[in-house]
Amino acid sequence: MANIVTKATRESFGEALCELAKENDKIVVLDADLAGATKTSIFKKAFPERFFDCGIAEGNMISISAGLAACGKIPVAASFAMFATGRAYEQIRNSVGYPHLNVKIAGSHAGISTGEDGATHQCLEDVALMRTIPGMTVLCPADHYEMMAATKAAIELEGPVYIRLGRLAIDSFNDPDTYEFELGKGITLSEGDDITVIATGLVVNEARKAVEELKAEGKSVRLINIHTIKPIDRDIIIKAAKETGRIITIEEHNVIGGLGDAVCDVVTSECPVPVRKVGVYDRYGYSGPAWELLEAFGLTANGIKKVILEELAK
Amino acid sequence: MQTKEMRQLQLLAAKARLGAIIGTFNAKSGHPGGSLSAADIMTYLYFKEMNVDPADPAMDNRDRFVLSKGHCCPSLYAILALKGFFAWDELTKLRHVGAMLQGHPDMKGTPGIDMSTGSLGQGVSAACGMALAGKCDNKDYRVYAVLGDGECEEGQVWEAAMFAAHNKLDNLVIVVDQNGLQIDGPVSEVCGIEPLDKKFESFGFNVIKIDGHNFDDIEAAFEKAKTTKGMPTAILAKTVKGKGVSFMEDQVDWHGKGPNKDEYEKATNELEAQIAELEGEC
Repeated sequence: MANIVTKATRESFGEALCELAKENDKIVVLDADLAGATKTSIFKKAFPERFFDCGIAEGNMISISAGLAACGKIPVAASFAMFATGRAYEQIRNSVGYPHLNVKIAGSHAGISTGEDGATHQCLEDVALMRTIPGMTVLCPADHYEMMAATKAAIELEGPVYIRLGRLAIDSFNDPDTYEFELGKGITLSEGDDITVIATGLVVNEARKAVEELKAEGKSVRLINIHTIKPIDRDIIIKAAKETGRIITIEEHNVIGGLGDAVCDVVTSECPVPVRKVGVYDRYGYSGPAWELLEAFGLTANGIKKVILEELAK
Repeated sequence: MQTKEMRQLQLLAAKARLGAIIGTFNAKSGHPGGSLSAADIMTYLYFKEMNVDPADPAMDNRDRFVLSKGHCCPSLYAILALKGFFAWDELTKLRHVGAMLQGHPDMKGTPGIDMSTGSLGQGVSAACGMALAGKCDNKDYRVYAVLGDGECEEGQVWEAAMFAAHNKLDNLVIVVDQNGLQIDGPVSEVCGIEPLDKKFESFGFNVIKIDGHNFDDIEAAFEKAKTTKGMPTAILAKTVKGKGVSFMEDQVDWHGKGPNKDEYEKATNELEAQIAELEGEC
């Protein structure tokens, strides 16, 4: 495909913020001593007077953001997903979520693809935590183009948003000429009748590769990209459950509380079908190069293909 | 301050205390002790210091108030009612199902509340954000936050203090309601915070120590804060928990419970006597 961009979504996010800030002077960005890593440094360089480093104090950063939002700003608070959503969870719940303030929270270095830093920095719970906040929109874009569009949508939405960013540079797969992002709407990347794979974030492209291979082998596999985990696209999931009768979810997150559970919430009440949740099975990650870890956790195309074949055989 | 003005403020503060007792009695719960200790400071803020308009609670350039010790909202609610943000009768429905007045301040549901608070430590950070927004936009509104002395045990208070000084938020005034008591006992016994003045000074604050029940002191402190440039101000207000109701004064037990019928009558009798006396002097 033309226009393949190899870039970490954190970097796409930083670039998107800069573009949006040119048109919207309400945007201010806060970081907690990780601007170089979350890539809010790109914004800092372009708009130094609208960037505030809170130092290593994530809870404080979130409550400061609430105060800024209460005065009409659109604050974007960034840190590693672990600290942005884990350490500051209660500030997000009470200072941001409860008053439904217009704060955007960006969690970078999400998932095991954070790599060598190991378990303490590989956040596998951020989606679960943010899903529990009433009124919180939860976004998990899958490539450069999707991240650019999702960031724009997050800024335009009035209300709290969590957006999940990755550390690892990944290839884009969406076609910028035809790609359309609609908040809360899943995207069918591949039609198929025998089984549905629903993926989010970095692993969408891995699932896409697996599905392409299976299609070449004559299998009929549907693939859905869910960039908005909350509010989730119920219609696309129910339709897939009815038409294919079996679902596999794939995420770089604990299988407790993430995309898989969000999908199960929908199908159990509307159209119960077997759902196999692929992700990290209630455990911590460990150090290692990102792609080696993804392979070890079965989250690359090889592992995903194997699971799909297992489920097709049932 | 002229005697007449002082009596008027004292009268309003006594009414605020009465409102806090009415609220916590009807709720059969709530936090009368700290509501009474902070009543004079908040009365001064709303009736003398702050630029707010009950007819336009969201006025763009209004001064902002954050009750970081959100549990002490019963007297704040009474002050907002006295100021005209909503009807006094709302106090009788405090903490009831469907009521406007929640157990802790709710900015989305209650006119005049600028920030939802209740989880200690967070309000002072939010106040920093409000002050920062004012600086960004070159607005001249000021931001006031009242926090508890027990609340100063929260690490976030000091994260916020560092941020406020680093960003030279001279449009921010935080007032510590130093009533000396918290749920588990005296602050000094639970986990001492002194020397609080030296702590705030070392964090880069303009520190002013006052008697939090003396309106001359309160006025002088807020005036000095306004003339202090380049740094935030911390007013350390020595207060009496339960101030104004004899049997609640300095009693740990009155941190977080509503008065029963007898206690309610005794408290309202005392406060109504104070109100009658002050009305005679105004």
